[in-house]
Amino acid sequence: MREGRPVAAGLRSVYAGRSHTVVLRAMYALKTSAWFVVVSGFFEPVFFLLSFGLGLGGLIGAIQGPKGLAVSYAAFIAPALLATSAMNGAIYDSTWNVFFKMRFARLYEAMIATSLGPLDIALGEIAYALLRGLVYALAFMSVMFAFGLVLSPWGLLAIPAALLIAFGFASCGMAITSYMKTFQQMDWINFFMLPMFMFSATFYPITVYPEAIQLLVKIFPLWHGIELIRGLTLGQFDSSILWHALYFAVMVAVGLVATTRRLTALFMK
Amino acid sequence: MSETEDSTIMIRAGGLTKAFGALVAVDGVDFEVRKGEAFGLLGPNGAGKSTIMRMIASVSRRSGGTLSILGMDPDERGPDIRGHLGVVPQQDNLDTELRVRDNLIVYGRYFGLPMKFLRPKAEELLEFAQLTEKAAVKVDSLSGGMKRRLTIARALVNEPDILLLDEPTTGLDPQARHILWDRLFRLKEAGVTLVITTHYMDEAEQLCDRLVVMDKGRIMAAGTPAALIQQYSSREVVELRFGSERNAEVALQLAGTGERIETLPDRILIYTQTGEEDLARIVDGGLRPLTSLVRRSSLEDVFLRLTGRSLVE
Ligand SMILES: Nc1ncnc2c1ncn2[C@@H]1O[C@H](COP(=O)(O)OP(=O)(O)OP(=O)(O)O)[C@@H](O)[C@H]1O
Ligand SMILES: [Mg+2]
Repeated sequence: MREGRPVAAGLRSVYAGRSHTVVLRAMYALKTSAWFVVVSGFFEPVFFLLSFGLGLGGLIGAIQGPKGLAVSYAAFIAPALLATSAMNGAIYDSTWNVFFKMRFARLYEAMIATSLGPLDIALGEIAYALLRGLVYALAFMSVMFAFGLVLSPWGLLAIPAALLIAFGFASCGMAITSYMKTFQQMDWINFFMLPMFMFSATFYPITVYPEAIQLLVKIFPLWHGIELIRGLTLGQFDSSILWHALYFAVMVAVGLVATTRRLTALFMK
Repeated sequence: MSETEDSTIMIRAGGLTKAFGALVAVDGVDFEVRKGEAFGLLGPNGAGKSTIMRMIASVSRRSGGTLSILGMDPDERGPDIRGHLGVVPQQDNLDTELRVRDNLIVYGRYFGLPMKFLRPKAEELLEFAQLTEKAAVKVDSLSGGMKRRLTIARALVNEPDILLLDEPTTGLDPQARHILWDRLFRLKEAGVTLVITTHYMDEAEQLCDRLVVMDKGRIMAAGTPAALIQQYSSREVVELRFGSERNAEVALQLAGTGERIETLPDRILIYTQTGEEDLARIVDGGLRPLTSLVRRSSLEDVFLRLTGRSLVE
Protein backbone atom coordinates (compact mmCIF):
# COMPACT_ATOMS: atom_id res chain seq x y z
CA MET A 1 0.00 0.00 0.00
CA ARG A 2 1.12 3.54 -0.68
CA GLU A 3 1.57 6.65 1.41
CA GLY A 4 -1.02 9.37 1.89
CA ARG A 5 -0.78 12.37 -0.43
CA PRO A 6 -0.58 16.08 0.24
CA VAL A 7 -3.90 17.83 0.75
CA ALA A 8 -3.71 19.91 -2.45
CA ALA A 9 -3.24 16.83 -4.61
CA GLY A 10 -6.04 15.21 -2.61
CA LEU A 11 -8.48 18.01 -3.43
CA ARG A 12 -7.46 17.96 -7.07
CA SER A 13 -8.28 14.28 -7.26
CA VAL A 14 -11.85 14.76 -5.98
CA TYR A 15 -12.82 18.21 -7.24
CA ALA A 16 -12.74 19.77 -10.70
CA GLY A 17 -14.69 22.93 -9.84
CA ARG A 18 -17.60 22.00 -12.09
CA SER A 19 -20.45 21.18 -9.73
CA HIS A 20 -22.69 23.66 -11.62
CA THR A 21 -22.88 21.14 -14.48
CA VAL A 22 -24.49 18.68 -12.06
CA VAL A 23 -27.11 21.34 -11.28
CA LEU A 24 -27.60 21.86 -14.98
CA ARG A 25 -28.19 18.15 -15.44
CA ALA A 26 -30.99 18.30 -12.85
CA MET A 27 -32.60 21.14 -14.83
CA TYR A 28 -32.54 19.06 -17.99
CA ALA A 29 -34.06 16.15 -16.06
CA LEU A 30 -36.94 18.43 -15.02
CA LYS A 31 -38.02 18.40 -18.66
CA THR A 32 -39.07 14.78 -18.34
CA SER A 33 -40.15 14.73 -14.68
CA ALA A 34 -43.56 14.90 -13.01
CA TRP A 35 -44.34 18.51 -12.21
CA PHE A 36 -46.83 17.82 -9.45
CA VAL A 37 -44.04 16.35 -7.30
CA VAL A 38 -42.13 19.59 -7.67
CA VAL A 39 -45.17 21.75 -6.94
CA SER A 40 -46.45 19.65 -4.02
CA GLY A 41 -43.38 20.64 -2.03
CA PHE A 42 -44.77 24.16 -1.91
CA PHE A 43 -48.36 23.33 -0.99
CA GLU A 44 -47.72 21.04 1.96
CA PRO A 45 -46.59 23.72 4.43
CA VAL A 46 -49.26 26.12 3.12
CA PHE A 47 -51.96 23.57 3.97
CA PHE A 48 -50.51 23.15 7.46
CA LEU A 49 -50.46 26.89 7.90
CA LEU A 50 -54.06 27.26 6.82
CA SER A 51 -55.50 24.40 8.88
CA PHE A 52 -53.42 24.75 12.06
CA GLY A 53 -52.43 28.39 12.00
CA LEU A 54 -55.71 29.93 10.93
CA GLY A 55 -58.10 27.12 11.92
CA LEU A 56 -56.71 25.95 15.24
CA GLY A 57 -55.18 29.38 15.84
CA GLY A 58 -58.69 30.86 16.02
CA LEU A 59 -59.35 28.73 19.11
CA ILE A 60 -55.96 29.31 20.72
CA GLY A 61 -55.59 33.01 20.21
CA ALA A 62 -52.22 34.46 21.21
CA ILE A 63 -49.20 32.51 22.37
CA GLN A 64 -45.89 33.43 23.99
CA GLY A 65 -43.00 34.03 21.59
CA PRO A 66 -39.34 33.18 22.31
CA LYS A 67 -38.78 36.27 24.43
CA GLY A 68 -42.12 36.13 26.18
CA LEU A 69 -43.96 38.62 23.97
CA ALA A 70 -47.36 37.43 22.84
CA VAL A 71 -47.85 36.67 19.13
CA SER A 72 -50.69 35.16 17.13
CA TYR A 73 -50.64 31.37 16.86
CA ALA A 74 -50.28 31.53 13.08
CA ALA A 75 -47.26 33.82 13.38
CA PHE A 76 -45.79 31.36 15.89
CA ILE A 77 -46.03 28.24 13.74
CA ALA A 78 -45.40 29.79 10.30
CA PRO A 79 -41.61 30.06 10.78
CA ALA A 80 -41.56 26.50 12.10
CA LEU A 81 -43.32 25.38 8.93
CA LEU A 82 -40.80 27.28 6.83
CA ALA A 83 -37.93 25.55 8.62
CA THR A 84 -39.66 22.20 8.26
CA SER A 85 -40.32 22.65 4.57
CA ALA A 86 -36.67 23.60 4.06
CA MET A 87 -35.79 20.39 5.83
CA ASN A 88 -38.29 18.26 3.94
CA GLY A 89 -37.30 19.54 0.53
CA ALA A 90 -33.63 19.03 1.26
CA ILE A 91 -34.18 15.59 2.71
CA TYR A 92 -36.40 14.45 -0.12
CA ASP A 93 -33.89 15.48 -2.76
CA SER A 94 -30.84 14.26 -0.95
CA THR A 95 -32.25 10.94 0.22
CA TRP A 96 -34.85 9.36 -2.06
CA ASN A 97 -33.64 10.99 -5.25
CA VAL A 98 -30.01 10.33 -4.45
CA PHE A 99 -30.76 6.77 -3.36
CA PHE A 100 -32.38 6.04 -6.69
CA LYS A 101 -29.52 7.57 -8.63
CA MET A 102 -26.92 5.76 -6.58
CA ARG A 103 -28.39 2.31 -6.50
CA PHE A 104 -30.44 2.03 -9.67
CA ALA A 105 -29.75 4.69 -12.25
CA ARG A 106 -25.93 4.37 -12.02
CA LEU A 107 -25.82 8.08 -12.69
CA TYR A 108 -22.89 8.84 -10.42
CA GLU A 109 -20.88 6.05 -11.98
CA ALA A 110 -21.33 7.78 -15.33
CA MET A 111 -20.50 11.20 -13.88
CA ILE A 112 -17.37 10.04 -12.15
CA ALA A 113 -16.03 8.67 -15.43
CA THR A 114 -15.92 12.24 -16.76
CA SER A 115 -13.62 14.92 -15.46
CA LEU A 116 -15.98 15.50 -12.53
CA GLY A 117 -14.81 14.42 -9.10
CA PRO A 118 -16.92 13.10 -6.20
CA LEU A 119 -16.94 16.49 -4.49
CA ASP A 120 -18.32 18.10 -7.67
CA ILE A 121 -21.16 15.59 -7.61
CA ALA A 122 -21.90 16.06 -3.90
CA LEU A 123 -21.85 19.85 -4.16
CA GLY A 124 -23.89 19.85 -7.37
CA GLU A 125 -26.64 17.62 -6.04
CA ILE A 126 -26.82 19.63 -2.83
CA ALA A 127 -26.82 22.92 -4.69
CA TYR A 128 -29.77 21.74 -6.74
CA ALA A 129 -31.63 20.70 -3.60
CA LEU A 130 -30.91 24.19 -2.27
CA LEU A 131 -32.12 25.87 -5.40
CA ARG A 132 -35.39 24.04 -5.06
CA GLY A 133 -35.42 24.89 -1.36
CA LEU A 134 -34.92 28.56 -2.25
CA VAL A 135 -37.94 28.56 -4.55
CA TYR A 136 -40.09 26.97 -1.84
CA ALA A 137 -38.78 29.33 0.80
CA LEU A 138 -39.51 32.38 -1.36
CA ALA A 139 -43.00 31.13 -2.13
CA PHE A 140 -43.78 30.37 1.49
CA MET A 141 -42.37 33.71 2.64
CA SER A 142 -44.71 35.46 0.22
CA VAL A 143 -47.62 33.62 1.80
CA MET A 144 -46.39 34.66 5.26
CA PHE A 145 -46.13 38.27 4.10
CA ALA A 146 -49.60 38.11 2.60
CA PHE A 147 -51.08 36.95 5.91
CA GLY A 148 -49.02 39.47 7.86
CA LEU A 149 -47.05 36.79 9.69
CA VAL A 150 -43.60 38.35 9.27
CA LEU A 151 -43.48 40.65 12.25
CA SER A 152 -40.01 42.10 11.84
CA PRO A 153 -37.74 43.31 9.00
CA TRP A 154 -35.23 40.76 10.32
CA GLY A 155 -37.65 38.30 8.78
CA LEU A 156 -35.98 38.81 5.42
CA LEU A 157 -33.00 36.93 6.80
CA ALA A 158 -35.29 33.91 7.17
CA ILE A 159 -34.67 33.16 3.50
CA PRO A 160 -30.90 32.65 3.77
CA ALA A 161 -31.55 30.94 7.10
CA ALA A 162 -33.89 28.48 5.39
CA LEU A 163 -31.17 27.82 2.83
CA LEU A 164 -28.63 27.16 5.54
CA ILE A 165 -31.01 24.71 7.16
CA ALA A 166 -31.62 23.00 3.82
CA PHE A 167 -27.86 22.87 3.18
CA GLY A 168 -27.24 21.17 6.50
CA PHE A 169 -29.97 18.60 6.02
CA ALA A 170 -29.09 17.99 2.38
CA SER A 171 -25.41 17.32 2.97
CA CYS A 172 -26.04 15.06 5.96
CA GLY A 173 -28.97 13.42 4.21
CA MET A 174 -26.81 12.56 1.22
CA ALA A 175 -24.06 11.18 3.46
CA ILE A 176 -26.53 8.99 5.36
CA THR A 177 -28.20 7.82 2.16
CA SER A 178 -24.88 6.62 0.82
CA TYR A 179 -24.87 3.96 3.54
CA MET A 180 -28.37 2.73 2.71
CA LYS A 181 -28.72 -0.39 0.66
CA THR A 182 -32.43 -1.24 0.69
CA PHE A 183 -35.79 0.51 0.64
CA GLN A 184 -36.48 -0.71 4.20
CA GLN A 185 -33.43 1.14 5.42
CA MET A 186 -34.64 4.23 3.60
CA ASP A 187 -37.87 4.04 5.57
CA TRP A 188 -35.89 4.53 8.78
CA ILE A 189 -35.28 8.08 7.63
CA ASN A 190 -39.03 8.76 7.57
CA PHE A 191 -39.40 7.02 10.90
CA PHE A 192 -36.95 9.55 12.30
CA MET A 193 -38.28 12.63 10.49
CA LEU A 194 -41.92 12.59 11.53
CA PRO A 195 -41.40 12.63 15.32
CA MET A 196 -38.74 15.30 14.86
CA PHE A 197 -41.33 17.41 13.03
CA MET A 198 -43.97 16.84 15.70
CA PHE A 199 -41.85 17.40 18.80
CA SER A 200 -39.33 20.11 17.89
CA ALA A 201 -41.39 22.92 19.41
CA THR A 202 -43.12 23.22 16.07
CA PHE A 203 -46.64 23.76 17.31
CA TYR A 204 -46.02 24.99 20.87
CA PRO A 205 -43.14 26.46 22.89
CA ILE A 206 -40.49 24.04 24.09
CA THR A 207 -41.18 25.15 27.67
CA VAL A 208 -44.20 22.80 27.86
CA TYR A 209 -41.73 19.91 28.20
CA PRO A 210 -39.95 18.89 31.38
CA GLU A 211 -36.25 19.84 31.47
CA ALA A 212 -34.97 16.42 30.40
CA ILE A 213 -37.17 16.23 27.33
CA GLN A 214 -36.21 19.77 26.41
CA LEU A 215 -32.57 18.72 26.34
CA LEU A 216 -33.42 15.77 24.13
CA VAL A 217 -35.26 17.99 21.65
CA LYS A 218 -32.33 20.38 21.55
CA ILE A 219 -29.97 17.63 20.45
CA PHE A 220 -31.81 17.27 17.14
CA PRO A 221 -31.31 19.72 14.30
CA LEU A 222 -34.87 20.75 13.50
CA TRP A 223 -35.37 22.56 16.80
CA HIS A 224 -32.35 24.73 16.01
CA GLY A 225 -33.74 25.46 12.57
CA ILE A 226 -37.13 26.42 13.94
CA GLU A 227 -35.66 28.66 16.65
CA LEU A 228 -33.41 30.32 14.10
CA ILE A 229 -36.22 31.24 11.72
CA ARG A 230 -38.76 31.97 14.43
CA GLY A 231 -36.43 34.42 16.09
CA LEU A 232 -35.98 36.23 12.80
CA THR A 233 -39.57 36.44 11.58
CA LEU A 234 -40.90 37.40 15.03
CA GLY A 235 -38.00 39.78 15.60
CA GLN A 236 -37.42 38.19 19.03
CA PHE A 237 -33.87 36.89 19.32
CA ASP A 238 -30.52 37.38 21.04
CA SER A 239 -26.95 36.28 20.34
CA SER A 240 -27.89 32.64 20.99
CA ILE A 241 -29.27 32.65 17.45
CA LEU A 242 -25.69 32.36 16.23
CA TRP A 243 -25.38 28.98 17.95
CA HIS A 244 -28.34 27.74 15.97
CA ALA A 245 -26.70 28.89 12.75
CA LEU A 246 -23.42 27.30 13.81
CA TYR A 247 -25.20 23.99 14.37
CA PHE A 248 -26.11 23.95 10.69
CA ALA A 249 -22.69 25.14 9.54
CA VAL A 250 -21.24 22.10 11.30
CA MET A 251 -23.83 19.84 9.67
CA VAL A 252 -22.84 21.23 6.27
CA ALA A 253 -19.14 20.61 6.82
CA VAL A 254 -19.53 17.14 8.30
CA GLY A 255 -22.04 16.13 5.63
CA LEU A 256 -19.88 17.31 2.73
CA VAL A 257 -16.76 15.58 3.94
CA ALA A 258 -18.65 12.36 4.66
CA THR A 259 -20.49 12.42 1.33
CA THR A 260 -17.30 12.97 -0.65
CA ARG A 261 -15.61 10.11 1.19
CA ARG A 262 -18.56 7.81 0.62
CA LEU A 263 -18.91 8.64 -3.06
CA THR A 264 -15.21 7.96 -3.45
CA ALA A 265 -15.53 4.65 -1.62
CA LEU A 266 -18.62 3.59 -3.56
CA PHE A 267 -17.72 4.62 -7.08
CA MET A 268 -13.95 4.63 -7.09
CA LYS A 269 -13.31 1.19 -5.61
CA MET B 1 14.18 3.96 -26.08
CA SER B 2 14.40 7.33 -27.86
CA GLU B 3 12.45 10.35 -26.70
CA THR B 4 10.17 10.57 -29.68
CA GLU B 5 9.14 6.97 -29.22
CA ASP B 6 8.54 7.64 -25.56
CA SER B 7 6.19 10.51 -26.21
CA THR B 8 3.85 8.30 -28.22
CA ILE B 9 3.19 5.98 -25.29
CA MET B 10 -0.32 6.74 -24.03
CA ILE B 11 -0.62 4.22 -21.22
CA ARG B 12 2.12 2.47 -19.30
CA ALA B 13 1.48 -0.09 -16.58
CA GLY B 14 4.22 -1.75 -14.55
CA GLY B 15 3.51 -4.48 -12.04
CA LEU B 16 -0.03 -3.13 -11.90
CA THR B 17 -2.00 -4.86 -9.16
CA LYS B 18 -5.51 -4.62 -7.77
CA ALA B 19 -6.73 -6.54 -4.77
CA PHE B 20 -10.27 -6.60 -3.39
CA GLY B 21 -9.65 -7.81 0.14
CA ALA B 22 -8.03 -11.21 -0.21
CA LEU B 23 -8.95 -11.54 -3.89
CA VAL B 24 -6.21 -10.44 -6.26
CA ALA B 25 -8.15 -9.41 -9.37
CA VAL B 26 -5.14 -8.02 -11.27
CA ASP B 27 -1.82 -9.58 -10.39
CA GLY B 28 1.18 -7.56 -11.51
CA VAL B 29 0.58 -6.85 -15.19
CA ASP B 30 2.93 -4.92 -17.46
CA PHE B 31 1.88 -3.37 -20.74
CA GLU B 32 2.15 -0.28 -22.88
CA VAL B 33 -0.34 1.25 -25.27
CA ARG B 34 0.98 3.42 -28.08
CA LYS B 35 -0.67 6.32 -29.79
CA GLY B 36 -3.17 5.42 -32.49
CA GLU B 37 -3.16 1.69 -31.92
CA ALA B 38 -6.04 -0.57 -31.01
CA PHE B 39 -4.97 -2.50 -27.95
CA GLY B 40 -6.95 -5.50 -26.74
CA LEU B 41 -7.41 -7.28 -23.43
CA LEU B 42 -8.65 -10.77 -24.17
CA GLY B 43 -9.68 -13.16 -21.46
CA PRO B 44 -12.50 -15.20 -19.91
CA ASN B 45 -14.95 -14.04 -17.24
CA GLY B 46 -13.21 -12.82 -14.12
CA ALA B 47 -9.81 -12.46 -15.80
CA GLY B 48 -9.53 -8.89 -14.53
CA LYS B 49 -10.20 -7.04 -17.78
CA SER B 50 -12.79 -4.62 -16.41
CA THR B 51 -10.71 -4.04 -13.32
CA ILE B 52 -7.78 -2.93 -15.51
CA MET B 53 -10.12 -0.76 -17.55
CA ARG B 54 -11.43 0.95 -14.44
CA MET B 55 -7.91 1.65 -13.22
CA ILE B 56 -7.00 3.15 -16.61
CA ALA B 57 -10.24 5.14 -16.51
CA SER B 58 -8.96 6.55 -13.20
CA VAL B 59 -12.05 5.55 -11.27
CA SER B 60 -10.39 2.73 -9.37
CA ARG B 61 -7.25 3.09 -7.27
CA ARG B 62 -4.55 0.54 -7.88
CA SER B 63 -3.30 -1.48 -4.93
CA GLY B 64 0.25 -1.66 -6.23
CA GLY B 65 2.60 -1.11 -9.15
CA THR B 66 2.78 1.90 -11.42
CA LEU B 67 0.31 3.32 -13.89
CA SER B 68 0.74 6.35 -16.05
CA ILE B 69 -1.86 7.66 -18.46
CA LEU B 70 -0.77 10.43 -20.82
CA GLY B 71 2.17 10.82 -18.47
CA MET B 72 -0.03 11.46 -15.42
CA ASP B 73 -0.61 9.41 -12.30
CA PRO B 74 -4.35 8.66 -11.88
CA ASP B 75 -4.07 8.79 -8.10
CA GLU B 76 -3.15 12.44 -8.28
CA ARG B 77 -4.66 13.78 -11.48
CA GLY B 78 -7.90 11.79 -11.78
CA PRO B 79 -10.15 14.54 -13.19
CA ASP B 80 -7.38 15.82 -15.52
CA ILE B 81 -6.76 12.38 -16.99
CA ARG B 82 -10.46 11.59 -17.34
CA GLY B 83 -10.84 14.77 -19.37
CA HIS B 84 -8.82 13.08 -22.13
CA LEU B 85 -10.60 9.74 -22.00
CA GLY B 86 -13.77 8.37 -23.49
CA VAL B 87 -15.26 5.51 -21.49
CA VAL B 88 -17.68 2.84 -22.67
CA PRO B 89 -18.38 0.76 -19.57
CA GLN B 90 -19.32 -2.91 -19.69
CA GLN B 91 -22.88 -2.05 -18.67
CA ASP B 92 -24.53 0.99 -20.18
CA ASN B 93 -25.07 3.78 -17.71
CA LEU B 94 -26.91 6.32 -19.82
CA ASP B 95 -28.92 8.98 -18.01
CA THR B 96 -32.44 7.57 -18.17
CA GLU B 97 -33.99 10.83 -16.99
CA LEU B 98 -32.69 12.66 -20.05
CA ARG B 99 -33.53 12.49 -23.71
CA VAL B 100 -31.10 11.07 -26.24
CA ARG B 101 -29.63 14.37 -27.42
CA ASP B 102 -29.54 15.77 -23.89
CA ASN B 103 -27.50 12.75 -22.82
CA LEU B 104 -24.75 13.91 -25.16
CA ILE B 105 -24.99 17.58 -24.30
CA VAL B 106 -25.13 17.19 -20.54
CA TYR B 107 -22.28 14.67 -20.58
CA GLY B 108 -20.23 17.17 -22.54
CA ARG B 109 -21.01 19.80 -19.93
CA TYR B 110 -19.48 17.56 -17.25
CA PHE B 111 -16.22 18.02 -19.14
CA GLY B 112 -16.69 21.76 -19.04
CA LEU B 113 -17.33 22.06 -22.79
CA PRO B 114 -19.33 25.11 -23.90
CA MET B 115 -22.77 24.88 -25.51
CA LYS B 116 -21.43 26.51 -28.66
CA PHE B 117 -19.20 23.49 -29.16
CA LEU B 118 -21.70 20.92 -27.91
CA ARG B 119 -24.74 21.79 -30.03
CA PRO B 120 -23.14 20.92 -33.39
CA LYS B 121 -21.09 18.15 -31.75
CA ALA B 122 -24.26 16.44 -30.51
CA GLU B 123 -25.73 16.47 -34.02
CA GLU B 124 -22.51 15.07 -35.47
CA LEU B 125 -22.46 12.26 -32.88
CA LEU B 126 -26.15 11.45 -33.37
CA GLU B 127 -25.35 11.05 -37.02
CA PHE B 128 -22.34 8.88 -36.21
CA ALA B 129 -24.48 6.66 -33.98
CA GLN B 130 -27.33 6.61 -36.53
CA LEU B 131 -29.67 8.02 -33.90
CA THR B 132 -30.63 11.33 -35.48
CA GLU B 133 -34.30 10.37 -35.65
CA LYS B 134 -34.26 9.35 -32.01
CA ALA B 135 -32.73 12.60 -30.76
CA ALA B 136 -35.79 13.69 -28.77
CA VAL B 137 -36.94 10.38 -27.27
CA LYS B 138 -36.15 9.14 -23.78
CA VAL B 139 -33.29 6.68 -23.47
CA ASP B 140 -35.58 3.95 -22.10
CA SER B 141 -37.26 3.52 -25.44
CA LEU B 142 -34.04 2.66 -27.30
CA SER B 143 -33.10 -0.92 -28.22
CA GLY B 144 -30.00 -2.52 -26.72
CA GLY B 145 -27.94 -1.86 -29.81
CA MET B 146 -29.04 1.77 -29.99
CA LYS B 147 -28.15 2.29 -26.32
CA ARG B 148 -24.72 0.83 -26.95
CA ARG B 149 -24.18 3.14 -29.90
CA LEU B 150 -25.34 6.09 -27.85
CA THR B 151 -22.94 5.13 -25.07
CA ILE B 152 -20.09 5.09 -27.60
CA ALA B 153 -21.20 8.40 -29.09
CA ARG B 154 -21.34 9.86 -25.58
CA ALA B 155 -17.80 8.67 -24.91
CA LEU B 156 -16.65 10.69 -27.93
CA VAL B 157 -18.18 14.00 -26.92
CA ASN B 158 -14.93 15.34 -25.44
CA GLU B 159 -12.92 14.20 -28.49
CA PRO B 160 -10.88 11.83 -26.35
CA ASP B 161 -7.27 10.85 -27.02
CA ILE B 162 -7.97 7.38 -25.69
CA LEU B 163 -11.24 5.48 -25.99
CA LEU B 164 -11.81 2.67 -23.48
CA LEU B 165 -14.31 0.07 -24.65
CA ASP B 166 -15.27 -2.64 -22.16
CA GLU B 167 -16.95 -5.41 -24.15
CA PRO B 168 -18.49 -3.00 -26.62
CA THR B 169 -20.52 -5.60 -28.49
CA THR B 170 -21.62 -8.05 -25.80
CA GLY B 171 -25.33 -8.69 -26.06
CA LEU B 172 -25.68 -7.36 -29.60
CA ASP B 173 -26.86 -9.31 -32.60
CA PRO B 174 -24.36 -9.93 -35.42
CA GLN B 175 -25.63 -7.06 -37.55
CA ALA B 176 -25.39 -4.57 -34.70
CA ARG B 177 -21.89 -5.85 -33.93
CA HIS B 178 -20.75 -5.24 -37.47
CA ILE B 179 -22.16 -1.71 -37.46
CA LEU B 180 -20.23 -1.07 -34.26
CA TRP B 181 -17.02 -2.53 -35.62
CA ASP B 182 -17.35 -0.26 -38.60
CA ARG B 183 -17.69 2.77 -36.32
CA LEU B 184 -14.64 1.70 -34.33
CA PHE B 185 -12.56 1.28 -37.50
CA ARG B 186 -13.44 4.82 -38.47
CA LEU B 187 -12.32 6.13 -35.11
CA LYS B 188 -9.05 4.29 -35.45
CA GLU B 189 -8.54 5.84 -38.85
CA ALA B 190 -9.13 9.20 -37.25
CA GLY B 191 -6.20 8.51 -34.94
CA VAL B 192 -8.01 7.67 -31.70
CA THR B 193 -6.18 5.19 -29.48
CA LEU B 194 -8.50 2.32 -28.61
CA VAL B 195 -8.34 -0.02 -25.64
CA ILE B 196 -10.81 -2.85 -26.04
CA THR B 197 -11.71 -5.76 -23.78
CA THR B 198 -13.57 -8.69 -25.15
CA HIS B 199 -14.00 -12.38 -24.79
CA TYR B 200 -14.85 -12.76 -28.46
CA MET B 201 -11.75 -13.84 -30.33
CA ASP B 202 -13.13 -12.78 -33.70
CA GLU B 203 -13.65 -9.30 -32.32
CA ALA B 204 -10.11 -9.23 -30.96
CA GLU B 205 -8.71 -10.45 -34.29
CA GLN B 206 -10.74 -7.96 -36.26
CA LEU B 207 -10.17 -4.89 -34.19
CA CYS B 208 -6.90 -5.18 -32.33
CA ASP B 209 -3.44 -4.36 -33.62
CA ARG B 210 -1.94 -5.80 -30.51
CA LEU B 211 -3.39 -7.61 -27.56
CA VAL B 212 -2.67 -9.36 -24.30
CA VAL B 213 -4.25 -12.66 -23.37
CA MET B 214 -5.25 -12.66 -19.72
CA ASP B 215 -6.31 -15.28 -17.25
CA LYS B 216 -6.83 -14.99 -13.49
CA GLY B 217 -5.38 -11.51 -13.28
CA ARG B 218 -2.19 -12.34 -15.16
CA ILE B 219 -0.98 -11.72 -18.69
CA MET B 220 -0.33 -15.05 -20.37
CA ALA B 221 0.96 -13.72 -23.68
CA ALA B 222 1.18 -10.52 -25.69
CA GLY B 223 1.58 -9.64 -29.36
CA THR B 224 -0.27 -9.07 -32.60
CA PRO B 225 -3.09 -11.55 -33.28
CA ALA B 226 -1.11 -13.09 -36.14
CA ALA B 227 2.09 -13.40 -34.12
CA LEU B 228 0.25 -14.97 -31.19
CA ILE B 229 -1.38 -17.51 -33.45
CA GLN B 230 1.90 -18.26 -35.10
CA GLN B 231 3.71 -18.63 -31.83
CA TYR B 232 1.17 -20.64 -29.89
CA SER B 233 -0.76 -22.55 -32.51
CA SER B 234 -0.36 -24.23 -35.87
CA ARG B 235 -1.60 -22.92 -39.19
CA GLU B 236 -4.73 -25.07 -39.30
CA VAL B 237 -6.99 -26.98 -36.98
CA VAL B 238 -9.03 -30.10 -37.63
CA GLU B 239 -12.08 -30.29 -35.39
CA LEU B 240 -13.62 -33.71 -34.95
CA ARG B 241 -16.65 -34.79 -32.97
CA PHE B 242 -17.26 -38.42 -32.15
CA GLY B 243 -19.84 -37.92 -29.42
CA SER B 244 -18.92 -37.08 -25.87
CA GLU B 245 -18.28 -40.70 -24.72
CA ARG B 246 -15.98 -41.65 -27.56
CA ASN B 247 -13.82 -38.51 -27.95
CA ALA B 248 -11.19 -39.48 -25.37
CA GLU B 249 -10.91 -43.03 -26.66
CA VAL B 250 -10.57 -41.99 -30.31
CA ALA B 251 -8.01 -39.34 -29.38
CA LEU B 252 -5.62 -42.12 -28.30
CA GLN B 253 -5.91 -43.75 -31.72
CA LEU B 254 -5.18 -40.43 -33.41
CA ALA B 255 -1.90 -39.90 -31.55
CA GLY B 256 0.81 -38.84 -33.95
CA THR B 257 -1.48 -36.98 -36.34
CA GLY B 258 -0.55 -33.30 -36.78
CA GLU B 259 1.67 -31.42 -34.34
CA ARG B 260 -0.48 -31.62 -31.26
CA ILE B 261 -3.86 -32.96 -30.18
CA GLU B 262 -6.18 -31.31 -27.70
CA THR B 263 -9.12 -33.33 -26.34
CA LEU B 264 -12.08 -31.33 -25.08
CA PRO B 265 -15.25 -32.86 -23.64
CA ASP B 266 -17.21 -32.14 -26.82
CA ARG B 267 -14.55 -32.38 -29.53
CA ILE B 268 -11.02 -33.26 -30.55
CA LEU B 269 -8.73 -30.56 -31.99
CA ILE B 270 -5.78 -31.54 -34.14
CA TYR B 271 -3.22 -28.78 -34.67
CA THR B 272 -1.50 -29.19 -38.01
CA GLN B 273 -0.08 -27.46 -41.08
CA THR B 274 -2.03 -29.67 -43.46
CA GLY B 275 -5.62 -29.96 -42.31
CA GLU B 276 -7.39 -31.36 -45.35
CA GLU B 277 -4.79 -34.06 -45.89
CA ASP B 278 -4.84 -35.14 -42.27
CA LEU B 279 -8.63 -35.31 -42.28
CA ALA B 280 -8.63 -37.42 -45.45
CA ARG B 281 -6.10 -39.77 -43.86
CA ILE B 282 -8.20 -40.11 -40.71
CA VAL B 283 -11.35 -40.93 -42.69
CA ASP B 284 -9.40 -43.34 -44.91
CA GLY B 285 -8.20 -45.04 -41.77
CA GLY B 286 -11.79 -46.00 -41.02
CA LEU B 287 -12.73 -43.47 -38.33
CA ARG B 288 -16.15 -41.90 -38.91
CA PRO B 289 -16.51 -38.57 -37.05
CA LEU B 290 -20.08 -37.28 -36.52
CA THR B 291 -18.91 -33.92 -37.75
CA SER B 292 -15.58 -32.66 -39.01
CA LEU B 293 -14.20 -29.29 -39.95
CA VAL B 294 -10.90 -27.83 -41.05
CA ARG B 295 -10.30 -24.20 -40.12
CA ARG B 296 -7.62 -21.59 -39.63
CA SER B 297 -6.14 -21.30 -36.15
CA SER B 298 -7.62 -18.52 -34.05
CA LEU B 299 -6.96 -16.75 -30.80
CA GLU B 300 -9.30 -19.25 -29.20
CA ASP B 301 -6.65 -21.88 -29.87
CA VAL B 302 -3.96 -19.65 -28.46
CA PHE B 303 -5.97 -19.29 -25.30
CA LEU B 304 -6.60 -23.00 -25.06
CA ARG B 305 -2.90 -23.67 -25.46
CA LEU B 306 -1.96 -21.16 -22.82
CA THR B 307 -4.52 -22.06 -20.18
CA GLY B 308 -5.87 -25.48 -21.06
CA ARG B 309 -9.38 -24.01 -21.07
CA SER B 310 -11.63 -22.55 -23.70
CA LEU B 311 -12.31 -18.84 -23.74
CA VAL B 312 -16.08 -18.88 -23.89
CA GLU B 313 -17.50 -21.47 -21.51
N1 LIG C 1 -15.73 -4.04 -6.83
C1 LIG C 1 -15.31 -5.29 -6.65
N2 LIG C 1 -15.29 -5.83 -5.42
C2 LIG C 1 -14.86 -7.09 -5.22
N3 LIG C 1 -14.44 -7.92 -6.19
C3 LIG C 1 -14.44 -7.43 -7.45
C4 LIG C 1 -14.87 -6.10 -7.75
N4 LIG C 1 -14.76 -5.91 -9.08
C5 LIG C 1 -14.28 -7.05 -9.59
N5 LIG C 1 -14.08 -7.98 -8.62
C6 LIG C 1 -13.54 -9.35 -8.81
O1 LIG C 1 -12.34 -9.23 -9.55
C7 LIG C 1 -12.22 -10.30 -10.48
C8 LIG C 1 -12.02 -9.71 -11.86
O2 LIG C 1 -13.21 -9.05 -12.27
P1 LIG C 1 -13.34 -8.25 -13.64
O3 LIG C 1 -14.68 -7.63 -13.63
O4 LIG C 1 -12.17 -7.38 -13.79
O5 LIG C 1 -13.28 -9.42 -14.69
P2 LIG C 1 -13.53 -9.36 -16.26
O6 LIG C 1 -12.30 -9.90 -16.88
O7 LIG C 1 -13.96 -8.02 -16.66
O8 LIG C 1 -14.71 -10.41 -16.43
P3 LIG C 1 -16.00 -10.36 -17.40
O9 LIG C 1 -15.57 -10.93 -18.70
O10 LIG C 1 -16.97 -11.24 -16.70
O11 LIG C 1 -16.46 -8.95 -17.50
C9 LIG C 1 -13.48 -11.12 -10.33
O12 LIG C 1 -13.19 -12.23 -9.52
C10 LIG C 1 -14.45 -10.21 -9.65
O13 LIG C 1 -15.34 -10.93 -8.85
MG1 LIG D 1 -15.61 -7.22 -17.46
